[in-house]
Amino acid sequence: MNVLDIRRQFPILDQEVNGNPLVYLDSSATSQKPIQVIETMEKYYKEINSNVHRGVHTLGTRATDAYEGAREKVRKFINAKSTQEVIFTRGTTTALNTVAASYAAENLSAGDEIVITYMEHHSNIIPWQQVARRTGATLKYIPLQEDGTISLDDVRATITANTRVVSVMQVSNVLGVINPVKEIAQIAHENGAIMVVDGAQSAPHMKIDVQDLDCDFLAFSGHKMCAPTGIGVLYGKKHLLEKMEPIEFGGEMIDFVHLQESTWKELPWKFEAGTPIIAGAIGLGAAIDFLNEIGLDNIANHEHKLAEYALDKMSSVPGMTIYGPLDASKRAGLVTFNISDVHPHDVATVLDAEGIAVRAGHHCAQPLMKWLKASATARASFYLYNTEDDIDKLVEGLVKTKEYFSDVF
Amino acid sequence: MSSNNLDNLYRRVIMDHYKNPRNRGILEDGSHTINMNNPTCGDRIQLTFKVEDGVVIDARFEGEGCSISMSSASMMTQAIKGKKVEEAIKLSKIFSDIMQGNEYDDDIDLGDIEALQGVAKFPARIKCATLAWKAMEKGLTEEEQK
Repeated sequence: MNVLDIRRQFPILDQEVNGNPLVYLDSSATSQKPIQVIETMEKYYKEINSNVHRGVHTLGTRATDAYEGAREKVRKFINAKSTQEVIFTRGTTTALNTVAASYAAENLSAGDEIVITYMEHHSNIIPWQQVARRTGATLKYIPLQEDGTISLDDVRATITANTRVVSVMQVSNVLGVINPVKEIAQIAHENGAIMVVDGAQSAPHMKIDVQDLDCDFLAFSGHKMCAPTGIGVLYGKKHLLEKMEPIEFGGEMIDFVHLQESTWKELPWKFEAGTPIIAGAIGLGAAIDFLNEIGLDNIANHEHKLAEYALDKMSSVPGMTIYGPLDASKRAGLVTFNISDVHPHDVATVLDAEGIAVRAGHHCAQPLMKWLKASATARASFYLYNTEDDIDKLVEGLVKTKEYFSDVF
Repeated sequence: MSSNNLDNLYRRVIMDHYKNPRNRGILEDGSHTINMNNPTCGDRIQLTFKVEDGVVIDARFEGEGCSISMSSASMMTQAIKGKKVEEAIKLSKIFSDIMQGNEYDDDIDLGDIEALQGVAKFPARIKCATLAWKAMEKGLTEEEQK
């Protein structure tokens, strides 16, 4: 894997920010897009653009073929059994909300339990809170170990025979930990619960095989994996999706519409009301081609090395607090930190003046921030186009930040 | 961006307010308590103040956040103490204009607040600076409408 060669395929990286070469370390928020994806979308709008699944004209057919072709690429990417199990959504949030508002709201009642973890992103907390409110079910949290990992003993202790839904992120957007979702799915199933996996931070970075994980649902976003914003995926096992009611209604998803009632199209279209995100889906297909060409295992390996390098270099900066396990083998490619008493916003502003983009704030994980006893943190996240040189610049920037605020503290 | 710009953002007087916040705490006998947070970043402030005969006689703040939000809160409490309610609200509007880079009434003596002018060049940080002022404006507007 030639990173310099890969970097050249991301035109946005070749620019100066505040007089310094851009060092983009915020891919967990959104990844940059390779030229292949940008050109694929441009070509779609220049040459193919038409609505799908309607009309008989040539462009309509081409657009439909491209859109459904993208679905097949997603199916292969996650090894789903059928394209009927692949629903295009606006992103992870919409995908998780669909499972909550359809499957969970219809199947849960008072006395039932939903189990999540303390490290979840708000989009994997609030939909379940809403289901709990509507159905009377209880929302339970799997606690975290001292280093931010999950122990399977705690999973077994939290999931009971009353648990109907377990929903866990595969990779934490704050702690960087990789959760044992396959083992958790097994425990969920032993207790008669379904397993939902939030793959927002894992799908871009590692090979996912839904049949191997045996998860019932998987949600992920395109924009974190080199595809455009506004497109995401909900994978669901066919027998579950078939029994679920859509949560949006309108064009595209109907079979027959009568005056007082209607019937739905077959899977996956019954969950795709309205004109779908055609260009986004095609862009996602191009992103999957791009990632496959490099190889997900190579990407995971590259990021793993970067995480190891970053943990090593960053720990050497005095006053550095790193959140999550220090053992790189338990981690994906991101490091969340605080430095001395400098507020993460101030850290991010000083780094930005050096052209270095990091995220600062609560990372949409307020319950986790509470657990970490931090009101906010800074995060550097890596992707296939980042290098050790980027991390060296980050560390230099952090030393500068510390010096800059040294007369304050 | 030059470090000159950064120095403009983090002026010495700002750092002084951050390190030695004025009026930090809670007024047990305050007439108003306002809680406000910045949901995108997690900064939060609790502002208590005491108004008598239309004059802000005391103000305190508690909270957590970055150097800009906390120093701005410190300066704001300092600035409104002893001011009439409508003067304090006017100052809040002027502050908002400064942050947005608008023209403002420059007859008014801004004191330490002037140091926050550099924030206007950092769009991502304007919300940090205005948090305490928004809380103050909300509380005092309620007072005015009493």
